[in-house]
Amino acid sequence: MSDIRSREATRQYAIRLGDDALVLGHRLSEWCSNGPFLEEDLALTNVALDFIGRARMFYSYAAELAADGSSEDTYAYTRDCREFSNLLIHELPRGDFAFSMARQYLVDVHGLAYMEALRQSADETLAAIAEKAVKESRYHLRRSRDWVLRLGDGTPESHQRMQRALDELWGYTPELFAMDALEQELADAGIAVDAASLRSGWDRDVTATLAEATLQKPAGDWEVTGGRQGLHTESLGHMLSDLQFMQRAYPGLQW
Amino acid sequence: MTATSRIPLLPAEEHERRQRRSNSPLQPLWALLDAVKDPEIPALSLWELGVLQDITRQGEEVVVTITPTYSGCPAMTVMAEDILQALADAGYPDSRVVTRLAPAWSTSWMSPEARDKLRTYGIAPPGECDAAVLSCPHCGSENVLTVSEFGSTACKALYQCKDCAEPFDYFKPI
Repeated sequence: MSDIRSREATRQYAIRLGDDALVLGHRLSEWCSNGPFLEEDLALTNVALDFIGRARMFYSYAAELAADGSSEDTYAYTRDCREFSNLLIHELPRGDFAFSMARQYLVDVHGLAYMEALRQSADETLAAIAEKAVKESRYHLRRSRDWVLRLGDGTPESHQRMQRALDELWGYTPELFAMDALEQELADAGIAVDAASLRSGWDRDVTATLAEATLQKPAGDWEVTGGRQGLHTESLGHMLSDLQFMQRAYPGLQW
Repeated sequence: MTATSRIPLLPAEEHERRQRRSNSPLQPLWALLDAVKDPEIPALSLWELGVLQDITRQGEEVVVTITPTYSGCPAMTVMAEDILQALADAGYPDSRVVTRLAPAWSTSWMSPEARDKLRTYGIAPPGECDAAVLSCPHCGSENVLTVSEFGSTACKALYQCKDCAEPFDYFKPI
C-alpha cells in the first residue's frame, strides 16, 4: 500500500469505528431519565459517555488524517445515512430494557476482544485509543453480562423478554465478524483487526453465558448485513434526525 | 521490614511522569498548577489525579500536556479551561493545552497520599489490584454491598456500607 492510499484507508477505518461508537452511544443515551431505576439510569448514561468519547477520538483522528479542515463534528453532524458505516446491530432502536442489555452484552463481548486486538495495531493512534477503550470495556461487559444472567434466569417475564431480544438480535451478529476489501487490506498491513478471527472466541463466551442464563441460543438461520456499505435499517434515519437536528437547523452553530 | 510489608511498585510511565516534573526547569509552573483541582473531585489536583503529564515552553508559549481519564469524561474540557485560566491569572496568557492518549491513564499512578485524600473526602480509593479489599471510607468496614457498577461520574461505582449504612462512591481501578 502506498502512503497516500494507506492514509485514506486508515481514515475510512477510523470513521467506521467512530460510527459504531457514536450510534451505539446515542442509543444508550436515549435511556437518560428513562432507566428502570436511578442507578441503572446513571450506568446506562455513563456507558453512553464512554462510547461517545470513543467516537470523538476516532473522528478526530480521521479529521487529522484528512487534513482538510474537517473536525469530529463534521463526521457526526453533517453526513447522511448512506455515509454512515456503522454495523447494523448498533443502530437498532433501544427497545425494552432486556433488548438494550442483550445487545449490549453481544457487542461488549465482541468489542472487548476487538479493542484488545486493536491495541497491537501498527497505527499508534488507533492502538492508543484501543488501550483506553479496553479498560472501559471490561466494566461494560461485566455489567451487561450480569444483566443477561439476571434477566435470563429471573422471572418468567424477564426470561421471555430476554429470549425475544436475543432472537431479534441474532441475525445482526454475523456482521460483527465480516471483513471487506478495505479492512482486509488494512489487516494485512497490521493496522486493522481481523474481525473474522474473533468469531470462535465470541461464540464460545456467548454460548456459555446463554446456557448459564437458561436462555436458548438462537438457530442462526437468518442474517442481515450492509452497514459498512451504508445500507442501513429504517431506524438510523430517524435517529440521525434527532442527533443532527441542531446542526441541520442552524448550520455551523457553536455551543 | 516485616515479612508482610510490600515493596510499592511504581508503574514505569508514572516513574517517568514524576521524573519529568522533578527534572523540569519550570518548577514554578508545576507548583502553580497544583492549585488546579479535578472539578468533580476537588480533593485531588490534576497532578495527583495523573491527568497532568507535562509542562514545556515553546518560546513565550506554555504548553501543558494532559491525558484523559475516561474517553467520554465531560470534565476534561473544564480541566483544560481551568489550566488556561490559572496560567493566565499568573501572567501567562499565551498558553495551550494538548491531549495525549498514550500512555493510557491508570489509577495505579495514584500516590498513597492522594488515596488518603480521597478517603478523607468520602470516596473509597481505587484498589491497587483487582483483588484488593474494598472498605467503607466512613467507618472502615469491609462489609460492603455493590449498588451499581457506575456512579455519579464515569470513574466511580456506587456502594453501600452494611455496617454504618452510609452509601459511598468507589473510585474504580482502571
